[in-house]
Amino acid sequence: MTAPPLLEVRDLRVAFPGERGDGSAHPVDGVSFRIAAGETLALVGESGSGKSLTALALLRLIPPPGRIEPESRILLDGQDLMTLPEEGLRAVRGQRIGIVFQDPMSSLNPVYTAGAQVREAVTAHRTLSAKDAKERAIALLAEAGIPDPAVRYDSYPHELSGGLRQRVLIAIALAGGPDLLIADEPTTALDVTVQAQILELLDRLRESHDMAVLLITHDLGVVAGRADRVAVMYAGQIVEEAETRRLFRSPGHPYTRALFRAIPKLETAERLVPIPGNVPVPGRWPDGCRFHPRCPEVLARCPRDVPPVAEAGPDHRSRCWLVADRGAG
Amino acid sequence: MTAWLVRRSLQAAVTFAVAVVFVFILVRLTPGDPLQRLTDDRPMSPEATAQLRARFGLDEPLAAQLGAFTSGLVRGDLGVSIEHYPERVTSLLARRLPATLLLGATVLLLNFTLGVWLGVLQARRRGTAIDRWLTRASLAGYAMPSFWLGIVLVAFLSLRWRLFPAAQMTDPLLPHDAGTLTRALDVLRHLALPALTLSITTIAVTMRHQRAALLSVLRLDFMRAAAARGFSERRVLWAHGWRLTLVPMLTLFGLWLPLLVSGSVFVETVFNWPGLGSLAAGAIAARDYPVLVGASVLVIGTVIASGALVDLSYRLADPRVRAT
Amino acid sequence: MIGSYGALVLRAWHRPSGRAGVLALAVLSLAALLLPPALPDPAAMPDVLAGALPPSSESWFGTDHLNRDIFSRVMHGGRISLAIAGLAVLLSATLGALVGVVSAWVGGWVDVILMRLVDGALAIPRLFILLLLLVVWEQIPLGALILALGTTGWFATSRLVRAEVLRLREEDFVRAARGLGAGGWRTIVRHLLPNAAGPLLVAATLAVGDVILLEAGLAFLGLGVQPPTPSWGGMVLEARPLILSAPWTALFPGGAILATVLAVNLVGEALQAALDPRSA
Repeated sequence: MTAPPLLEVRDLRVAFPGERGDGSAHPVDGVSFRIAAGETLALVGESGSGKSLTALALLRLIPPPGRIEPESRILLDGQDLMTLPEEGLRAVRGQRIGIVFQDPMSSLNPVYTAGAQVREAVTAHRTLSAKDAKERAIALLAEAGIPDPAVRYDSYPHELSGGLRQRVLIAIALAGGPDLLIADEPTTALDVTVQAQILELLDRLRESHDMAVLLITHDLGVVAGRADRVAVMYAGQIVEEAETRRLFRSPGHPYTRALFRAIPKLETAERLVPIPGNVPVPGRWPDGCRFHPRCPEVLARCPRDVPPVAEAGPDHRSRCWLVADRGAG
Repeated sequence: MTAWLVRRSLQAAVTFAVAVVFVFILVRLTPGDPLQRLTDDRPMSPEATAQLRARFGLDEPLAAQLGAFTSGLVRGDLGVSIEHYPERVTSLLARRLPATLLLGATVLLLNFTLGVWLGVLQARRRGTAIDRWLTRASLAGYAMPSFWLGIVLVAFLSLRWRLFPAAQMTDPLLPHDAGTLTRALDVLRHLALPALTLSITTIAVTMRHQRAALLSVLRLDFMRAAAARGFSERRVLWAHGWRLTLVPMLTLFGLWLPLLVSGSVFVETVFNWPGLGSLAAGAIAARDYPVLVGASVLVIGTVIASGALVDLSYRLADPRVRAT
Repeated sequence: MIGSYGALVLRAWHRPSGRAGVLALAVLSLAALLLPPALPDPAAMPDVLAGALPPSSESWFGTDHLNRDIFSRVMHGGRISLAIAGLAVLLSATLGALVGVVSAWVGGWVDVILMRLVDGALAIPRLFILLLLLVVWEQIPLGALILALGTTGWFATSRLVRAEVLRLREEDFVRAARGLGAGGWRTIVRHLLPNAAGPLLVAATLAVGDVILLEAGLAFLGLGVQPPTPSWGGMVLEARPLILSAPWTALFPGGAILATVLAVNLVGEALQAALDPRSA
């Protein structure tokens, strides 16, 4: 990757005060990754892995009493968002980085029409006449695949189906013409049939708008064929990162392998193997490798020593002793 | 919408009827003879008393009295005042209504500007010293008897420091040819203390409701979503957050009207403000119960009407309610 | 039910304003309850020609225009005001709970009619009902006054209790109890009431403050408690002409009302916060 990345995140750590004042917990604990312009990176992990907080952190929308540790670096086209004052951040939000949240119903204000909210997003970063703004809003609704956009413009959120609401949110996210679109579990709250439609829409829009996409999901099935690269998150850290095809063909981390085993496949009649144990809670990470209590391939040194990030192949990194030892040897 | 309007109006009418009948029966059934007090003050011959009794229909059976009352009510006739005889109750009420409306509107305005703003401030600064002290201050204001506060304010701001007039709505010494502006300013100067008194004692209710309503909204996801679109903090707070509290705040209006009504009785008495409240207080002293009943009917009607209006604005303000 | 009140009070104790309120209320009530026998006769006018005297070591709050000791009168008046408010609220809370439970539990026509009546009653400002009542009944005995205050204050409470019962009825634990065969009354008493008690008690506490203000206001208008029985409202009325020459005559009775109602409201707010921490 020789082109300078659109987004570079280095050592992102988010702190939340611990219960009863015993220090802080770090649900996001040293996350680093890059996204090039026009590229799609999938951030995969179970709930509790810290992926949604990572997305919020990129826009510096971590709710108090949480905060981003000052050593974190979030570089957008080389500019560090950590040092940006509030007005600068506002210019970034919506205009350079757009975000679509998980539950469309709770992301839309129930007392304004869908069209009004899209138009609001349009005029947030540009001054347009009322007529132009409305036209642009309707165009965005159409782009998001909403039928009869001129009519739907006047609909209230509660009058729309879940799929349509999500499309409205996508239209809103596109309004500022962002370079990076973060989609945080964009289909989890939707019916299965609608999920595929929304994902395809995101694909098309990515190409037509030449956007980079950070796709956050817990579902590996969503990732295949859609993401250029995948980063797997566990216990606040990225445990593996690789090009999609490579990850699917030869996953380089026991957690990733376990995730694959837990996906139902149509072709083979294998039994589903759930991952034993529970996701650890921030502030009470296990010692050594955080996955060791649940790892089926655990070694003697795993509970003691924290594994480094090692090369598992070309542009393929993994945080595992199995890989580190192999590479060293 | 029309179907709802019809239903709601019917409901209001029924409630009004129930309330009026209740009031009527209440007065007629309580021990004590309304004419007793009158004849104590102005000794009359037994024939005159009997005539008066007949005049007010007090010698008729209850049902007949109720009938006479309701038929009068339907015609818009609330009877004749005992104290201000022979002035009709309706004309008395009409004469005194504007002053109360002016006072009420002013207090309403203050509540819905200052009260809202302070409530929003409290919600934003939840848990801080400002929040706690504002709560304590407003509770202290609410705990003050309005008549006492009025007396204290008159004593210091008016009598001692001569900042405001002590009583009434206008200056009786104002020259006849005084211009409209002068008159208006004169009224405003007289309005200041009564409005201040009534506002201090009621603003706590507004603040508390606004604070609670905004707190429950601030927690919602779409506030974060709005911020993520790059809107300014002010826009997110007011256009999105506060806008959603508008509907719960409308309920406040229904709570608030009875407060205003009772408060005005005391405040108008203390400041000699020529409104319905002081009329009622005077009627008490004179045992003029046609006026009291008439004023009650008027107040009941207003409260019911405003309740219906609040419901109407609910439907207009929240599109989700319209769907039901 | 007393148990859950106790638990709430304990939680309210942990908040500084709640603690202040509870302490103040305790002090005021105890003072009003226990002090009066030890105080000079509130009707005594030792030196009536001396009139109103400022606070001094002999008379802590000074004397009124008839040279009666104000501190004594405030305490005696307080005893009466608190008794009236307490009993009236007890009555209205009980009535409101009764009507609310019946309306919600029986439902159907009974519910509709009861709630329509409540709507009608709520449309009449409470002060006006009391004014109408007291105007024609001049020498109202204390018991009847309490009755009047109590029977005019239960409407909003009944709505509140009804809403709580309706909500709780749909809760799983109630269905479970009924599934186990618990009959109507049993369910109500053992399951619904304790849970509805919280909001009811908060409302009742706040109502005490409202009744004190109301009763004082009536006294100011010359209704309700009549002279020579000392009452805070009546004292303010008598002090009005002296406001500049002898401000203490109005300040102390009014201040007593303010202090008591404020204390009661602080306790109520703390109870509310203990009940529903998210609203704090």
